[in-house]
Amino acid sequence: MQKKINLPLRDEDIESLKAGDRVLLSGIVYTARDAAHKRMVEQEKDGTPLPVELDGQVLYYTGPTPAKPGEVIGSAGPTTSGRMDLYTPALLEKGLKGMIGKGYRSEEVITSMLQHKAVYFGAVGGAAALIARSIKKAEVVAYEDLGTEAIRKLTIEDFPVFVINDIHGGDIYKDGVAKYKQ
Amino acid sequence: MNEITYETIVEEVKAMCMESNYNLGEDVYSAFKQALQTERSETGKEVLTQLIDNADIAKAERVPMCQDTGTAVFMVEVGQDCHIVGGRLVDAINEGVEKGYGEGYLRNSMVYNPMNRKNTGNNTPAIVHIDLLEGEELTLHMTAKGGGAENMSALKMLKPSDGMEGVKDYILSIVKEAGPNACPPLVVGIGIGGNFERCAFLAKKSLFRPLGVRHEDPAVAELELELMEQINRLGIGPQGMGGSTTALDVKVELESCHIAALPVAVNLNCHASRHQTIKLK
Repeated sequence: MQKKINLPLRDEDIESLKAGDRVLLSGIVYTARDAAHKRMVEQEKDGTPLPVELDGQVLYYTGPTPAKPGEVIGSAGPTTSGRMDLYTPALLEKGLKGMIGKGYRSEEVITSMLQHKAVYFGAVGGAAALIARSIKKAEVVAYEDLGTEAIRKLTIEDFPVFVINDIHGGDIYKDGVAKYKQ
Repeated sequence: MNEITYETIVEEVKAMCMESNYNLGEDVYSAFKQALQTERSETGKEVLTQLIDNADIAKAERVPMCQDTGTAVFMVEVGQDCHIVGGRLVDAINEGVEKGYGEGYLRNSMVYNPMNRKNTGNNTPAIVHIDLLEGEELTLHMTAKGGGAENMSALKMLKPSDGMEGVKDYILSIVKEAGPNACPPLVVGIGIGGNFERCAFLAKKSLFRPLGVRHEDPAVAELELELMEQINRLGIGPQGMGGSTTALDVKVELESCHIAALPVAVNLNCHASRHQTIKLK
């Protein structure tokens, strides 16, 4: 079954999502990967305000290729989320409600997501040209010096994801594999 | 004597960088199509469908199929009677990479060193392995190797008493641990034997063999098929969300080793398995 959800995520949307659901997301997401996470969490420790308000927002772990002339963005698929795990609980504390990436999350992150009622979505790793078609606008909003790792505000339309971890304890990486293991 | 100019190598390398990122190999494309027929999970089929659509878009629009356009890795076979003129081979490769990644709108993913992590801004240096052969040809094998799958690769010095069972168990454990992180369905490259560094090299080398092509030694070919079956029973599936397609192929290369040693290296490749080969005469 495929659901359509508009961002920002409402509590009832979060409640309704189950691990394994196919979802098309529309609205605003912010990109951030390794270097941006490191900098945000350092700023947070220093007491400097974050460059974007994360409360209620969704982060997309990606470092796009350069846009060709006339294009909104280059190819922009998900990167491996686990590298952000060290920084994620601090951002969930700030009200982050969703993340899009690929791959396992740590126990600490999963526990923190359950506590703060946040959802982890997986996009298809390597489907970056296809995914780019659902990105309608892109603008660098912070850390421009980080190049591909800068924070970008993306306007997305029908961006295809799967729910990996829901707020009810479901985990498609565990449940799906258990179903097909021989 | 065959003379090949520095400029020729630059231009060929530039084209390889772009093509490997825009055009999914035909071997891989047909493996996706075949997997779509046999995959048992609906989610897995949806993933495979997205990957096929993605490959079509990347090819038609000449855009990178993945935003991780990789580290440029080259295995070069230089014929002893081939003469490269106008500059160093490795410099020509790096210049080709710089042009290919720059002009091709590919992502620069290399940092100067792991301590400062500052981006080099042109995706160099390439990683270049050179082998000297007979003849006068220059053969360049190139892969644009993504970080996700490379990060989940591993090597272990097993004991000879661990035997082939130990080798197989180790390989399965690495694929399991990698799960969704390495972008399955995978191409699993395996090196057995050699020494510490040679074993890792063999695993990488195995990934240059096209999908569906078995090792010429029937015993090794049989091992590849057996491992493929075992890996596909793990249930990891496309993108790790469960399914019957965990590996598109398994490649094994082996070499002699010390009486005390049984090195095993597992170099995972994501489903795109980007590789190119050109021969210059």
